[in-house]
Amino acid sequence: MSEFFNEMFASPSVARAHYGDFERWLSEQPAHQVEQKRSEAELIFRRVGITFAVTGDNEGNERLIPFDIIPRIICADEWAQLKAGLIQRVTALNLFLHDIYHAQHILKAGIIPPEQIFNNEQYRPKMQGIDIPLSTYAHIAGVDIVRAGAGEFYVLEDNLRVPSGVSYMLENRKMMMRLFPDLFARHRIAPVAHYPDMLLDTLRSAAPNDIDNPTVVVLTPGMYNSAYFEHAFLAQQMGVHLVQGSDLFVDNDVVFMRTTRGAERVDVIYRRLDDDYLDPLEFRSDSTLGVPGLFSAYCKGNVTLANAIGTGVADDKSIYPYVPDMIRFYLSEEPILNNVPTYQCRKKEDLAYTLDHLAELVVKEVHGAGGYGMLVGPASSKADIDSFRQRILAKPDGYIAQPTLALSACPTYVAQGIAPRHIDLRPFVLSGKSVSIAPGGLTRVALKEGSLVVNSSQGGGTKDTWILEK
Amino acid sequence: MLSSTADHLFWMARYTERAENTARMLDVNLENSLMPQSDSVIEQSWLAQLKISELEQYFFKKYDAPTQQNVIDFMVVDADNPSSIASCLRAARENARAVRGSLTTEVWETENFTWLNLQQHLKSGLHKSNPSQFFEWVKFRSHLSRGVTFGTMLQDESFNFIRLGTFLERADNTARILDVKFLAVHGENGAGNDSQAEFYYWAALLRSVSAFEIYRKVYRDVITPSRVAELLMLRNNMPRSLIACVHGVVGNLKDVRNDISLATEQFAQSLFLELEQTSIETIQKFGLHAYLIRFLENINELGLRLSNDFLVPVAPDLTPKVSSQLQ
Repeated sequence: MSEFFNEMFASPSVARAHYGDFERWLSEQPAHQVEQKRSEAELIFRRVGITFAVTGDNEGNERLIPFDIIPRIICADEWAQLKAGLIQRVTALNLFLHDIYHAQHILKAGIIPPEQIFNNEQYRPKMQGIDIPLSTYAHIAGVDIVRAGAGEFYVLEDNLRVPSGVSYMLENRKMMMRLFPDLFARHRIAPVAHYPDMLLDTLRSAAPNDIDNPTVVVLTPGMYNSAYFEHAFLAQQMGVHLVQGSDLFVDNDVVFMRTTRGAERVDVIYRRLDDDYLDPLEFRSDSTLGVPGLFSAYCKGNVTLANAIGTGVADDKSIYPYVPDMIRFYLSEEPILNNVPTYQCRKKEDLAYTLDHLAELVVKEVHGAGGYGMLVGPASSKADIDSFRQRILAKPDGYIAQPTLALSACPTYVAQGIAPRHIDLRPFVLSGKSVSIAPGGLTRVALKEGSLVVNSSQGGGTKDTWILEK
Repeated sequence: MLSSTADHLFWMARYTERAENTARMLDVNLENSLMPQSDSVIEQSWLAQLKISELEQYFFKKYDAPTQQNVIDFMVVDADNPSSIASCLRAARENARAVRGSLTTEVWETENFTWLNLQQHLKSGLHKSNPSQFFEWVKFRSHLSRGVTFGTMLQDESFNFIRLGTFLERADNTARILDVKFLAVHGENGAGNDSQAEFYYWAALLRSVSAFEIYRKVYRDVITPSRVAELLMLRNNMPRSLIACVHGVVGNLKDVRNDISLATEQFAQSLFLELEQTSIETIQKFGLHAYLIRFLENINELGLRLSNDFLVPVAPDLTPKVSSQLQ
């Protein structure tokens, strides 16, 4: 058969234990009924408006992210291991961020070369020495996890800036419960609907000192942002105001919002806006999305931003290889979750290895994003590889290399019927007074055969993610 | 609540109401055009539709003649016409989308579904093949939007601003519907028309504001223009009358009162008192057309005051992001 791990089947005819009930149920479903449920799901998503805007489309067209009705199921033991690993990892990353913006012990200890931090665009010198509540930087993290090989979990990316997708975790679950209530009666599936409450708790716990009943808002770039649905959804579910920059103003280093009854103080801003756009006085001066004076209010400790400014230095590709060492350094523990082995071309021996094995590696630009400046060895021609070799040689410290992972696959509805498609997983980790995770996450699926690209902008879909309770 | 949220709710309601009233105006004209009359008279009446919405100049940039097909096309589909039904329903939905978190799921889904349905109707050409049915559909979506607002929304400030939008827009639109006759024949009360045509005109107008049966019930008499005007202007229990709309504005303004809104409240109250104390005879002496024009100016000012007191203030020199019908 195939060389990748199949989430549902241990062998072509034998379902894994935690998929047993589901597999039996699926085989009993008449094809026309499944088809009917699938179109019902699409209709509901469209009517409810769970869509993402397509940039530059004047017709106001919004696309649906395809939803697959076969869930991704994770058994209790595997989840327990994942959860422990995620908590450990995010705890260490927050300690790292605090350290980097304060005493920089980890640099002094020689664990990470200082130039890796100071030459990083995501490092914000203005945050140096600024104290923030709970010393928490990444209140919300969306860690991308894949399974490869015989089913081991690997962390692919730590998204610590403005990770999105949690609304799909919640809406996909609602949809599955609406379409197939009988499935939920047959399984013990951990609920996720309390995520907005957990989020609100986390945000309130991070409020500046001495505030009894902090006012929390969600700051969105506006309705034409592709994730606008999620911003509105989370604000509504938490029962807080959804604001844009123009709704806020700063007076005497205190942030207020404009209301029909005058100005009202704001204590915590869950911002879904990148650092660069937050305050035109401090960052990009051409941005109209932010709030002039916000940074100054933030530095004075009068308002909390979640996530903090400058978290990008911890989820950058050039810092990623050091996360296991951070865990050892700050927590004196061995990492529970694997990093994907990474060759840093700035190191002589790693460079030599990379150049010798280009045909089997994925090579990424350190500061690149969105699949640009990337070489996927196994899928590239000899000419492509040769030209990329020259680029690496010209600037070795601009590149890292990783083995091409055979991502696990999950059976998925496609035009020809049900077929395995590659998936990943993004659980959402919340850090306030303690670190917590809703039992689930967003499972993305690459709908094209053989494709490893799960991004919704490139035709990826989503699945409901079930964590089975014992 | 956030001023910007109140602003979106206000305009969501205004645009929904405007779509409904545009459908009502077009429907009455459609019905009238079926009466035996010359082509030029028919064109005159379609032209009046454009004048009443102050859209003539925009229309003639794109079309040669105010034929039924052209005017319906312009007033229903045209994306460049901010008051076309398609533009209104789109704007209503966009405003709703901007504050979907402040709406109940039902209200949002109603606005969204209206917009999605509209795409289908426009694609299948319902407004051409059966315009009456299309206008009926628009009216019922507006009824549904209002009903779901009443039936599901918490009656707090959000509700007040939705109602303020509805009442202001409706006051404006009822005044315009009444005035259209003046513009069509260039003479108060349609001087020179024969009485049969007169009857059909006013009967259609009454139907367009769902008031035909009400008229019969209230007056139990033949239809006369001055009574139609009285019903639609001064009758407090008539839901689309000017006085009922202004009364609605006064009540909702009181509920959202803030530190700076007193003058606006007084302004609305004086508009209401004037309507309450006048009579149709006094208005006719003053001139119905002149009275309605002055009323429209006052409604426009009330809208501007409301924006400045509570919402996102309208910059005087800029075209408001949501265009007002008055220039």
